[in-house]
Amino acid sequence: MQNAAAVPPSPAGKILWAAIAIVGAWCLGVVALRRGEPINAIWLVAAAIAVFVIGYRFYGKFVNDRVLQLDPSRATPAVLRNDGLDYVPTDKWVVFGHHFAAIAGAGPLVGPVLAAQMGYLPGTLWILFGVVFAGAVQDFMILGLSIRRDGRSLGNMLRDELGPVPGVVAMFGVLVLMMIVLAVLALVVVKALTHSPWGTFTVACTIPIALVMGAYLRWFRPGRILEVSIIGLVLLLASIAYGKNVADSATLAPLFDFDAKALAWLLIAYGFCASVLPVWLLLAPRDYLSTFLKIGTIALLALAIFLAAPTLQLPAVTKFIDGTGPVFQGNLFPFLFITIACGAVSGWHSIIASGTTPKLLANEGQARMVGYGGMLMEAFVAIMALVAAASLHPGVYFAMNSPSALIGTTAQSAATAISQWGFVVTPDELLKTAKDIGEGSILSRAGGAPTLAVGMAQLLHNIIPGASMMAFWYHYAILFEALFILTTVDAGTRVGRFMIQEIAGLIHKPLQHTESWTGNLLATAICVGLWGYFLYQGAVDPLGGINTLWPLFGIANQMLAAIALMLATVVVVKLKRERYVWVPGVPAIWLIVCTLTAGWEKLSGPISFTAAARKYAQAAQDGTLLAPAKTVEEMQRIVTNNYVDMALTGLFMLLIVVMTAFSLRALLRAWHTNHPTAQEEPYVALSSVAR
Amino acid sequence: MNSPRQVLRSGWKWAVQTARLCCGVPDYDVYVKHLREHHPERAVPSYEEFFRERQVARYRGTGGRCC
Repeated sequence: MQNAAAVPPSPAGKILWAAIAIVGAWCLGVVALRRGEPINAIWLVAAAIAVFVIGYRFYGKFVNDRVLQLDPSRATPAVLRNDGLDYVPTDKWVVFGHHFAAIAGAGPLVGPVLAAQMGYLPGTLWILFGVVFAGAVQDFMILGLSIRRDGRSLGNMLRDELGPVPGVVAMFGVLVLMMIVLAVLALVVVKALTHSPWGTFTVACTIPIALVMGAYLRWFRPGRILEVSIIGLVLLLASIAYGKNVADSATLAPLFDFDAKALAWLLIAYGFCASVLPVWLLLAPRDYLSTFLKIGTIALLALAIFLAAPTLQLPAVTKFIDGTGPVFQGNLFPFLFITIACGAVSGWHSIIASGTTPKLLANEGQARMVGYGGMLMEAFVAIMALVAAASLHPGVYFAMNSPSALIGTTAQSAATAISQWGFVVTPDELLKTAKDIGEGSILSRAGGAPTLAVGMAQLLHNIIPGASMMAFWYHYAILFEALFILTTVDAGTRVGRFMIQEIAGLIHKPLQHTESWTGNLLATAICVGLWGYFLYQGAVDPLGGINTLWPLFGIANQMLAAIALMLATVVVVKLKRERYVWVPGVPAIWLIVCTLTAGWEKLSGPISFTAAARKYAQAAQDGTLLAPAKTVEEMQRIVTNNYVDMALTGLFMLLIVVMTAFSLRALLRAWHTNHPTAQEEPYVALSSVAR
Repeated sequence: MNSPRQVLRSGWKWAVQTARLCCGVPDYDVYVKHLREHHPERAVPSYEEFFRERQVARYRGTGGRCC
């Protein structure tokens, strides 16, 4: 325990930390206990910052010193294998920026917005404590394990520490998870752009803009990323501004006015083309633009919240904690924990934390800042998304996020239904919000992006007033989310294609060549087909799609997190540090319980896919048509879709049970061995490596 | 102490390096230095060549990108 002999804190330090703890506890008390009068968002933000700072200083340090026992005198893979390209000792702030940009995505923005249907308190508490004790621990521990293993990937570490079979099982799980991620993210875009000529026009404009940028970077000014990104940004803003003219024009608007089905097909076709084309033409330039826009927009959101200091209009806890909510079905346990997903704990991060980041760290002592600190930043983004949603008029929030099966398709019917739930709203308020943001309707735009966009638009409008500015900000927020979601779709399809080609190579060797056009087109088609199926299913879903697909995504993502934490648990035991086994072990058990319970409720009971399938099958037999199906064939398709979702849920549950069994076996074996058995690389002193 | 000018310059350098790394392009100067020190026999690529190689390499392995 070389680092445990820490210097005792100075009196001034003790006073400072005590003050932070008191302020944090006070703010948290206000957030949790004040009822009857609305509170200001600043209380929530201050409570979050205090919890994160204390969590980082004390729990993060505990994990660093006792559990991982990271050693600043030990040489990292970046130093040992320095090749100037992949393994490069890099400044810690640069690594932090890179790591954060890689883990930040649409997930932490969407999940908390959906979870706001239960009020802001349950979501806040889970994000704050979930990230400190589970999410950040996962990211940090996987990063810590990877630095001790030459920067190896999650899959390789699973193979080394648990055995070859669990390694393959987990990689298969990652492939399925990725297909669900792509489908659900693409669905968020579909939901945001349905019958929105302005939004569709601006998002469509990103394609020619990216092509121009790609050509510029290839032939005109190679490698000048900053220059080309500024050009791209200016063109993007121009397209948002011009979008209003398109929406107002009687001739142009119909060209960009699509329903959900048509948008789904367009996205599928786009995903196919984008991942077959050379990366420099479309994917890479768009990636640059979306990366910078993402960081810029997160900063803008933070600034807006601090300056506007909105009042939280949503109640702390709504009656929907009983599981009858319109946005997603199911009780607080387990579905709140499944829905928030990325903001509190995200399995996907374990892939990043064992990807490029461990190959860049110059010193083990910097891993806490990057791994633990990076995830705290991500949770802060989730808190901001929650604030943006909770500062909306609750009636507007529910109008945007409830399926039309529950609130109808007119402002009148929506206002009546939502007022009956106890959130009094008039049709005029709903129509005015739609008019302010320059859209025909705000009803049933579930998926988080539009809600966040309205929230952001209102916040920014408070700071920078102006008659038409709100519509501009709304479409800016939609564009930014659509941009990085589409980048994820391109890149994810490409990665999925490589994975499929690798698997196909086992059957027929030539298919493995990533340069071969046959293999390329075939694997891309399979990959696009897989996520496209779920996307299309979401587009025709009776409950609006997000309602069905988001829980599947949440279950899959938390399943991967559970696998990563189980790996960490096994390694802690293999290192013979059994007394700290609870640090990754308790969150692992919690996630296993959450995913299995959620999975079970999706398989049997009132909110299950099984129940939905039976309902439609029964109606089809009786010859009645249930909305949104208009024909018997459509009814049959809904039944089939629900059976597919059932099979997938069952598959995820099986995966997690199998991985738990393998982990337990490895854990017990290591427990009964009286010497460390983890596969760490040997110690090399940093001072012995030539600088 | 550092002058404000130096602070600005190092801040800018940090921003550029981070921004490039976020796009999968590591620091070119560091790579050139590494080549000169450890592989003097190899030709040093121009920034443009280096950039192209990295651009293609980024989208090969597992996706460095999150939901």
